[in-house]
Amino acid sequence: MRIKTKKLALLGMCCAAAMILSYVESFISFGVPGLKVGLPNIVMVFLLYRLGWKETAAVSLLRCVLTSLLFGTVMSLAYSIAGAVLSLTVMTLLKKSDKFSEVGVSIAGGITHNAGQIAVAIAVTGVEEIAYYMPVLAVGGTLAGLVIGVAGAMIIKRLKKVNI
Amino acid sequence: MDKKKLLHDLILIAVCLFVSLALWAVVALSKEKGELVVVTVNGEEYARYPLSEDREEIIVSENGKNVLVIKDGYADMTDATCPDGLCVRQHRINESGESLVCLPNKVTVTVVGGDGVDIIG
Ligand SMILES: [Zn+2]
Repeated sequence: MRIKTKKLALLGMCCAAAMILSYVESFISFGVPGLKVGLPNIVMVFLLYRLGWKETAAVSLLRCVLTSLLFGTVMSLAYSIAGAVLSLTVMTLLKKSDKFSEVGVSIAGGITHNAGQIAVAIAVTGVEEIAYYMPVLAVGGTLAGLVIGVAGAMIIKRLKKVNI
Repeated sequence: MDKKKLLHDLILIAVCLFVSLALWAVVALSKEKGELVVVTVNGEEYARYPLSEDREEIIVSENGKNVLVIKDGYADMTDATCPDGLCVRQHRINESGESLVCLPNKVTVTVVGGDGVDIIG
């Protein structure tokens, strides 16, 4: 029971941290639709390594729902869930393959997150030309994933000693 | 850090950057100044305007309103009722293929070349 409560508290805290990061991120604009730094992904990479994909999925979905309720719309919910599901699936598979470090896993997550969002944007608007932005988003996703992967790896390492 | 994983990471980064930069180069090389913008609402064509004439249009959809300004050969979304405001924060566009996207209102503004290609499949 004690462990369960502790875990629940950790998940809640992670969800809050991810929400703050999405809020911060909403102020960073590159003038390209969908291009985001993916700051909340730091929390997801950390959770994926610390607890596992189920807990990460729960926090990630809750984060999408709550941020959409607070700062967005139903449409932005579909948009962010598509990105989150796709990136989490790819990150889980890559982590399981045990061939990449946290950095590689996070880069793949960053790119697929953008790809998922583009796919939804095309599905919603019916304008295929939006795929025009995919190369920019892929470069952005790779660089952002790199930074976030390095930061995530540091957090994972530091918090390893802390018993949470 | 595990050396083998580091190598795999580096290969992943290299492949991702190479592929996306190559795609980017293809897009950049095929870029040309567009002549008109096609506005779509809910996936259907709403209007098309030439980039050569300055104008201000209010795009009314069931989801809200978007203000499209065409000035000096560029199209820009200057105001919108959508909650995220991402479309307004996009930079102005003038090259074929570029688009302004407002997901909440399901509005897109895409620049097309002079041959008046039909962008809706
Ligand atoms: Zn908008």
